[in-house]
Amino acid sequence: MVAACGWDGGNAVRPLLLDVSRLNDWVGEKILFSQHRLAPEYDIAERATHLPSYFISPMMPMLRDPAAWRLQVGGLVRQPLTLSIDDLQAMPRTTYTVKHHCVEGWSAIATWQGVALSAVAERCGMLPQARYVRFDSFDSGYSNGWDLASAMHPQTILAYGMNDNPLPASHGAPLRLYSPTKLGYKMTKYLVSVTFTAERPGGYWEDQGYPWFAGV
Amino acid sequence: MTGTPVPKSPSPPPPPPPARPKPEPVKRHHWIVRLTHWLTFVVLAGMIMSGLQIYTAYARFGERDGPSYVNAFEGHGFPRWSRLGGWLAGGLNWHFALMWPLIAGGVVYLSYLVVSGEWRSLLFRPRDIRGAIEMQKYYLRLRKDHPPQGKHNPLQKLAYTFIILLGVLSVLTGFAIYKPTQFSWLTALFGGFQAARYWHFWAVWIFTGFLIVHVILVFVVDPASLRAMISGWYRGRFPSHD
Repeated sequence: MVAACGWDGGNAVRPLLLDVSRLNDWVGEKILFSQHRLAPEYDIAERATHLPSYFISPMMPMLRDPAAWRLQVGGLVRQPLTLSIDDLQAMPRTTYTVKHHCVEGWSAIATWQGVALSAVAERCGMLPQARYVRFDSFDSGYSNGWDLASAMHPQTILAYGMNDNPLPASHGAPLRLYSPTKLGYKMTKYLVSVTFTAERPGGYWEDQGYPWFAGV
Repeated sequence: MTGTPVPKSPSPPPPPPPARPKPEPVKRHHWIVRLTHWLTFVVLAGMIMSGLQIYTAYARFGERDGPSYVNAFEGHGFPRWSRLGGWLAGGLNWHFALMWPLIAGGVVYLSYLVVSGEWRSLLFRPRDIRGAIEMQKYYLRLRKDHPPQGKHNPLQKLAYTFIILLGVLSVLTGFAIYKPTQFSWLTALFGGFQAARYWHFWAVWIFTGFLIVHVILVFVVDPASLRAMISGWYRGRFPSHD
């Protein structure tokens, strides 16, 4: 054990730990998660004044021409879509004040405005073969893969607003994924595309060993 | 009648004092108890070490911007030798892998206690209060003789009952942190996500304190009990058994 200082399992045990992590993904998705169970909502007065922000690029990712930005929705769909922020804001709006859970252990309450991903899936005619969703960003290739059940949860939104303001660049402007049923690193910021797939997509942190399902 | 005086023969040596009977070995611990005891020891060590790795990622308790809970370790990491996993993801993967044998061992052990009826000699109940006071008096040298006891004295029952409850509490607070949305009722029961983290962390230090006292008492008071936890047979000073 002494030689194990800071041990991640080495080449012998690490794959085994990742196998158990897959098992935990399965338990988390199939047994513990419910598509009908909503995360508790909070009062606006309980909001944190500051929410830490993360990106992996050396500098905060910013669009050179925000007006030219579009979200590409594709993959296993009948009708691929190209949506502007105005298109998204014209769709039914979801607003909630919820607690954000970071994998590091901190938590903070904030308000988010956006459109339910399930509404986008309906609009593009998601095909029955779709089992996963892949989210890509313009933050140095940061991406995430989601199970379909979590993605279609009523509180999973494509958020364009935070705390009654347009989504700031530090939190993923112009559009980010948000859900109070996942850890923060699953919520792709700086979105450019949403792709419905049959194969399970990886992700930036997930491929490095962080839990894939990461439901809370 | 007056015969020749019989020469006084030297008195025969007194018979040697009867050899102290070797204590009869008593079967003390079922193999299920021994197995789950040592499994829990190893797994709990791994849980604590990977837990310290996870704690290092955010070394305080309380909402962002909110007040911190009282915590002697606020803002401090733990030395590398005490952590398991190397980085946060490694710590999480160890923690979420070891939780399975920890829970399985606990369930098997508690089921054994119930099925075998052995919970009676372990569970501290109100009727043990009187005996616990007598036992405490003995340890404080306020009474000379060791009070009669069953397999465990009332203070041991108190300690073991407490540590089982602490184990249950650790698992429940663990669930409350693991899935604070799916188990939001449980998380709320512990006072919220940050409070559940806090109690989960406290359990570490109570377990550690228990371990230290437990091991000291084994070696100082009853070293034979260590062999009993390995082989199952007890040959020590407190063979009483119920």
